[in-house]
Amino acid sequence: MGKEKKLSHDAKSTTFLEDVRNAFSTFKKRLVDGSIGTKLSHLIFGVGNLLHGQIIKGLLFLSLQAGILAIMILCPTINDTPYGWKALANLSLKNVTVGGEFDPLTGEMTIGSDCKLMILFGFVTIALIVIYFLIWNLNINSSYKADLAKRAGKKPTTFREDLRELFDGKFYVLMLTPTCIAATIFTILPTIFMISIAFTTYNQQDMNELHTNLFGWNGFQNFVSVFTGEGSLGMEINNRFLPVLGWTFIWAILATLTCYFGGIILALLINKKGLKGKKIFRTIFILTIAVPQFISLLAVRNILGEYGPINTLLLNWGWITEPIGFLGLKPGDSELLAKVMVIVINMWVGIPYTMLMTSGILMNIPTDLYEAARVDGASTTKMFFKITLPYVVFVTTPYLISSFVGNINSFNSIYLLTGGGPTYTGYQAGGTDLLVTWLYKVTIDQGSYNTGAVIGIFTFIITATITLITYRRSKAYNEEDTFQ
Amino acid sequence: MKDNVKVKKFKSQTANRRIGLGVTYTMLIVGGIVWLIPLIWIFLSAFRCEYQDGTFIGRVTSNFFPNAVGFENFRLLFTSTYYGVEGAFLKWMGNTLLIAAIDCVISTLLVLSVAYCMSKLRFKLRRAFMNMSMIIGLFPGFMSMIAIYFLLKSIGLTGNPAHPEYSVIGLIFAYSAGAGLGFQVAKGFFDVIPNALVESAKLDGCSNSKIFWRIILPLSKPIIIYQALMSFTGPWMDFIFAKVIIGADNAQYWTVSVGLYSMLFGTHPDTNLFTQFAAGCVIVAIPIVSLFMFLQKYYVEGVTAGAVKG
Repeated sequence: MGKEKKLSHDAKSTTFLEDVRNAFSTFKKRLVDGSIGTKLSHLIFGVGNLLHGQIIKGLLFLSLQAGILAIMILCPTINDTPYGWKALANLSLKNVTVGGEFDPLTGEMTIGSDCKLMILFGFVTIALIVIYFLIWNLNINSSYKADLAKRAGKKPTTFREDLRELFDGKFYVLMLTPTCIAATIFTILPTIFMISIAFTTYNQQDMNELHTNLFGWNGFQNFVSVFTGEGSLGMEINNRFLPVLGWTFIWAILATLTCYFGGIILALLINKKGLKGKKIFRTIFILTIAVPQFISLLAVRNILGEYGPINTLLLNWGWITEPIGFLGLKPGDSELLAKVMVIVINMWVGIPYTMLMTSGILMNIPTDLYEAARVDGASTTKMFFKITLPYVVFVTTPYLISSFVGNINSFNSIYLLTGGGPTYTGYQAGGTDLLVTWLYKVTIDQGSYNTGAVIGIFTFIITATITLITYRRSKAYNEEDTFQ
Repeated sequence: MKDNVKVKKFKSQTANRRIGLGVTYTMLIVGGIVWLIPLIWIFLSAFRCEYQDGTFIGRVTSNFFPNAVGFENFRLLFTSTYYGVEGAFLKWMGNTLLIAAIDCVISTLLVLSVAYCMSKLRFKLRRAFMNMSMIIGLFPGFMSMIAIYFLLKSIGLTGNPAHPEYSVIGLIFAYSAGAGLGFQVAKGFFDVIPNALVESAKLDGCSNSKIFWRIILPLSKPIIIYQALMSFTGPWMDFIFAKVIIGADNAQYWTVSVGLYSMLFGTHPDTNLFTQFAAGCVIVAIPIVSLFMFLQKYYVEGVTAGAVKG
């Protein structure tokens, strides 16, 4: 392990200021030192490459520039499409058409501008501008490289050589481009969009009443309303935010710990020496992981339901006189019972998973540790607490953290079992709602996107803080290369 | 005398061990039963075939074991019209299979390529990419879900009255596009492959692309299977994303989980659908569970790798 050859390291880490300074000096060097083609490339893409005889590359850069500029300037100016500079201007949400004209084609009233699309197109355009400057930089770089090659008495690289380099030295570009494009469009852009919604008055329900798609920016008002209780969902946030936040934490801690230690105990039981049928037991527990959660959790929900077998059994035995609302599905049901039940049922979901994970780790504990302990006359319990547990906990700390974060965002266990109930009249957030299920209700059911976005940002802040603190300290981050 | 004590001690030790094993067996058997009860109940409900005054009862009943069994639920499931869609269940199964198969290929390729870059190549923005993907992963998925819906709608890939079938493409995009950011488990696996292997191949004049296809991938069967299994089963298990992206009024293009979920909580006029829901669950669970059982070894390997690497 120790003698394993290391990969050459990442480029030396630099501070942000140094990065900026470096960028400027590169820019200056290329502009002053470059050939006439390189200088012209700052304005017209690809000229440098064309002058060096790299025709395909030059035309590629040129057409990219022409395409982006057409979208950015020509189309909005001539065809009046809502892209390009118009999309940037629309980002202010000021220049809107109110609508309300009768459209003879659809037989409906037109609704005029759509502010959510204005924001979306605005961010797409900003992304496009960033891409434009990335290509701009790439084009100058490529031209300057050809300059240097020529000065050194070599030929500038041909298109074929560039392509080949894409499969070798620059292989990472080829491999990462699909993910970068896809993730920018479908992950990063939507996330930025939703963050920005937190600073608007976007509430679909209010807007439907007014037959409009218009809303505006309102700064930090939504965040302030968490504390003051103003706005459309202000009451809800003001009265329910802290209880939901508190329960989310209690849930995450209890759900993580119960599943974690339950899983370790189950793994110890299954891996006990001399036990027969290990495989069968293991398979039974894997079975519960393999069955989709919406099936198994809905089954549990119905078993415990008002007319389900358990309540009927208890009624027939005469232990109770009316059905128990285990899961708080009706408003009057006990909140505490529902909370206990979701944690218990969540153990059913989570324990097999931890069992699988720790099984492998348990086998890796050096046996001489146990032998030494046995010679010293340690009892089984003592060995468990002094050897097994510390070892497993040490190895699985990263998992413990990620499962804690996962439990904060655990949607299925709550939504499928209790649906957040028991409900509070007048509020969306019920007794067992977590931040995520509340976020779902507020946005999807209620259409109050701005409030949902605020809840989402709070959830992010909590999970990010926990993760970053622990991750930064972890060995996996700091000694990534040494542990290979 | 001394020997006698020793023998006694030995005897008590074996007795203790036996008791210990007995307790373990009891706990495991009780645990196993507890863990299986909900699944057995759903399975039994799927075959329940009870009539009351000549009408079929499909709702939840109070008895755990059915009074009569038969295949009526399955017949109804495959022939009924749900949400105005004829033969809806088969269509849902077909949609899900298509989506899962395409998602499986795209996601696995994306994950493997990103994981390889992060593990075996060194370049300028590597750390930045890793940190970025971690931060993005911390935002609740539901937050971006709505925005993804708007985005797909604005390019006609969902909620498109002229081409409602495009929403299936939209859903495939939504499932697989971000997959590359979930490279951590695969990276953990690649990290264990000795770097010396890569270096010596380089000395022999292998390009990075050749190293990936000819050396790394053939060594990575477990992680490829794990990733493929995860991305293939994902669409069968998710019901929220699919519902939001495809839309509540587009029942023909739902995935099977959305359909089944809606049979219990939807606006369907008939509340007698529980046993048909159970039958559907059995049909969905059988292929997924057999896949898991068949590929159990690789699944466990992936999970264990994920535990240590986080």
